[in-house]
This record gives sequence, structure tokens and C-alpha cells, in this order.
Amino acid sequence: MSAATTPRSNFRPRRFIQPIGALASVAILLGVPFWLVISTAGKNQAEALDPSLSAPSQWQLWENFANVFTDGRMLPAFFGSLLVMVPAVFGVLVLGSLASWILARRSGRGFAILYALAISGIVLPPAVVTVVLLLRQLGLAGTAVGMIGVYMGMYLSTVIFFVTGFVRTIPSELEEAARVDGARPFTVFWRIILPLLTPVLATATILICLYIWNDVFYALFVLGGRLDTLPLNLYQVASAGLYLQNWHLIFSYIILMSLPLLLVFVFAQRKIISGITSGAVK
Amino acid sequence: MSTNRALASPKILRGALSPRGSSRSSARSDHPALFLIPALVVLVVFFFVPTIFNFVYAFTDWSSFKSDIGFVGFENFADLFQSGTLLNALKVTLVYAVLVAVFQNVFGLLLALLLERDTRINRFARVMFFIPVVMSALAVGYIFQALLKPDGALNGILSTLTGTTVSTAWLGDTTWTIVVVALVHSWKWMGLSMLIYLAGLKTISDDVLEAARLDGASWLTTFRSIRFPLIAPALTFNVATALLGSMNGFDIVQATTEGGPGGTTELLNIFIFRTFGQGLFAQATTMSLVLFVMVAVLAFPVIRILRKREDVL
Repeated sequence: MSAATTPRSNFRPRRFIQPIGALASVAILLGVPFWLVISTAGKNQAEALDPSLSAPSQWQLWENFANVFTDGRMLPAFFGSLLVMVPAVFGVLVLGSLASWILARRSGRGFAILYALAISGIVLPPAVVTVVLLLRQLGLAGTAVGMIGVYMGMYLSTVIFFVTGFVRTIPSELEEAARVDGARPFTVFWRIILPLLTPVLATATILICLYIWNDVFYALFVLGGRLDTLPLNLYQVASAGLYLQNWHLIFSYIILMSLPLLLVFVFAQRKIISGITSGAVK
Repeated sequence: MSTNRALASPKILRGALSPRGSSRSSARSDHPALFLIPALVVLVVFFFVPTIFNFVYAFTDWSSFKSDIGFVGFENFADLFQSGTLLNALKVTLVYAVLVAVFQNVFGLLLALLLERDTRINRFARVMFFIPVVMSALAVGYIFQALLKPDGALNGILSTLTGTTVSTAWLGDTTWTIVVVALVHSWKWMGLSMLIYLAGLKTISDDVLEAARLDGASWLTTFRSIRFPLIAPALTFNVATALLGSMNGFDIVQATTEGGPGGTTELLNIFIFRTFGQGLFAQATTMSLVLFVMVAVLAFPVIRILRKREDVL
């Protein structure tokens, strides 16, 4: 750009630099790691020994996928993950919104304290060691029910926080109309309030699914290998595989286990992104 | 609340006739506290009771090596303090949390500014940068372990670029590895910070920016004195979530260094997992309590300070 340009054309170089910068940052920051995953997943064991960015001499992606699918017990792990995630998310949404409705509508010191306690779990970390002790005493250690309970205890706070704030923006007149028609409290909740909560519940669902689907820390303590989940099996495949330098299998596993959430994300990205950002900037 | 109801004129009559209004008994029957019970039961059983247990079992000798559990007072704390593990894990966790909070926000903000305009390329790039957020943190850790090995891909690239053989052990340095791992953590979450900042930048009205432009303010001045102050809520959210997320961190560190080299990346959660695996349950519980207290002591003031900054503006 010459010095003799008008002030307006100061913006012009950015017009070229910005798209190039955007694409370059994607290529360097994301392209390199992702290419490493895909190319290594397509290699044979000898070639994958030292994971490099070179393309495999012969692609054997499908063989590696098939290999890891059986060795990594992918199918049981997929259903194990679903078995834990679906009831936990459903339970957290229903119990959380029911409680939030009351917490948003009732006033008084007692309810304020209950609300503060209920949302404290957003910040405070769960007691991961003693929860195992408790589950053993209840006979729930290593079971799906125990894991679902632990996740529900962890994420109820998030739901109650989001939903209570949202319920306060719903005018109570809407409820009164139904109440005049003789609807009982639970009917008011189920027919009037719950349908109105759809946007905020969608956001909460996305966040909690993301956390539970990818969680390995709490699953290691609570399940301890007695029930397969996708991250737990990745941990086992990798712990055994790193020793054997089986990077092609580790990365094949990573691709397969990331696919379900990636597909959901690709198809619903607009909704997901607007849902996640809506709550944060207010 | 009451003015709100009075303003909704058609409802005044109904409000007077129906037994709602300010009477307490009707509030009680319309919104029964009974509905709180299912959620409270789950919270008490799976969150509060374990937390209370934390304060009890940290003072016992509970382990997998004996069947009875005895009270030992502050012995666990004294042991962990004397061996230096307690302070080391605390220090590592805090350093890690601060590094992640800084890196994640710097990267997130830079990406948001880079990809701010609504072009096709930018929308594509935003979606791409969100992929690591969706992926499992454990998987991200393994990817970067392969990338950062002494004979891994990064050193391969650097060797090609410089023409000499680079064999830096990115994950084997007792001083700098924690920075590298914090960078990996930030890489995974920067897409989320970016989105939050983008949403924050969108809330700034065009009139304000137009006024600044007419006054001849440069891009940098506009950013420093108008846009950055106005995205304070986004900053609050991002800093708070980054701090909390990294203090509870486990997956990425476990997958890259397992706490090494020499315990220099041993976060509290890594220590808890390792000692739990060794059967030293009381020690693990003690560290879990330390984490709880640390988060409780740090999180609330941090959030309050950030909130106060928002109010000033």
C-alpha cells in the first residue's frame, strides 16, 4: 500500500490479509493435528511407530477401524456410554426443571439458601474418592445406576442455575390462566412451564451431553472397568497401546469415538453454537 | 414483581378474585415445595454426602490394606505437607490454572477478532475451531503426545524448517512442560472462548463504533477503550470457566505426561487418581479435600472481582 492512499483504503489490506490469516490459522493450528490423526490411523504398525506427518505408503484405514472396533470393544462401549448418558441427562433435566420452577417462584430466606446450595455444585468440585465409598455402601459401585447418580449430582446444579434464571423471565400470568381452569400444580408445570423451557433445556442438554460423553475421570473412579464407556476403553487401548507404540490403533479409536458427537455437531452446529453463547454474555 | 402484575391490567381483576396475590398459603399450594424433593435427594445423596464424607475420611487411615478405619487426626495432612507433595500439587494446579486462563483467553480473543466478520471463510473457520471442544480431552491429550514426542511430528516440521535435526523433548522438561500442557489444554477449549467473545462483540451497538470511527479512533484505540471494556461479561465467563475447568483438570495431563516429569505437572486430580489406584484412599481423600477448599477459597473471590469490574462500566 502506498502512502498516498485515502484513509478509507486503510481497510483494504485487511481484506486480503484476513481470509489468508483465517485459513492459515486453521491449517496450522487444526490441520496439522488432524492430519496427524488421519494419516497415522491409515498406517500399518511399523510406519506408525514414530507418528509423523508423512502419508502412509498404503492406506489401511478400514482394516485399522475394524481391528480397533473389535479389540477396543467399541460396540459395548458405545452402548455403555449411551446407557449412562441418556438417563443421566433426562433425569437431570426433569428433576432440575421441576426444582427450578419452585425455586424461581417461591421467595423467602429458606428458598434463597436452598437455591445457593443447589447451584454450589457449578463451582465446587465433586468429592470423587468418597463418592466411591458411598456407592460401595449402597451397593452401586461399578454399576450404571451409580454412575448415573454421580453425574446427576454433578450436573443438577448447572441445570438449576440455567433454568431458574429462565423461569423468572416467564410471566406468572401464564400459569394463573391454567390455574383458574382448575389445573393442578404438576399439570401447570408439565403443560405450561416445561414446553416454554425448550431453548434453555436444549442448551443444558448440549453442554451436559458433551461433558458426560467425554468424561473419563469420574468414570475411572466409579466404574473402574466394570462397565465399558468410549473414553474408558480409549484409556485402556491407549495405556496398552502406548507401551506397544500402536499409534495407528489409538488414532483409529479416536476417530471412531469422536464421530457420533462430530456428526451431531455438524448437523446442528448453528443451534448448538447459538445455544451455548446465548447464556454466557448476559 | 407486584408493579408488573398491576400493570397487566386485565389480570388485576383475576388476581383479586383468585386466591393468589400475596397470600402465603396460595403460593405454597401453587408451587409446592414438595417438587424440590426429588432433585434435593439426588443432590444430597450424590453430592453433599460425599462432600461431608470428604471432611471425615481425610482424618482417617482408610486404605485398601486393612479392613477397619481408624481416626488419625491431621496425620495425612502432616505427611503430605512434610513430603512436599501437598505444596507441590497445590503449586502445580495453581500455575496450570493461571496459565490456562491466560492462554485460553488470549487465543480465544485473538481468534474472535480474526474471525469476527460474517464471511463464508470465517464461518467455516469458526466451526473448525469448535471441533476440539467437542472432542474428548483424553483424545486431544494423546494426539499431542504423538505430536510432541522427541521423534514426533512437531520436531519433524521444525527440522525441515530449520534444516537441522530438532529433538526437543517438549513433554520431558521439568520447567517448561507445564506451559506446553497448558497450551494443549487451551488449544482444546479456545474454540469455546472464541464463540463467547464473538457473541460478546456482537452485542456492541454499531452506533457506538460508528461514533468512534467518525472521531478518527484507530482500530487499536477502538478496541482498547470501547470494545474490550464492553465485552467484560464474556471475559468474566471465560476466565471463570477456564480457571474452574483447569483446576479440575485431569484428562489432558494424564494423556500427555501422567504428571511427569518428576511430578512437575502433577495436578491435584492426577495425584488423587494415582494414590487411589495405589489403595491409599485416605491420602487421596485428603487431597480431594484440599482441592475442594482451594476451589472454594479461590472461585468465589475471583468471580466477585470480575463481576465488580463489570459493574464499574
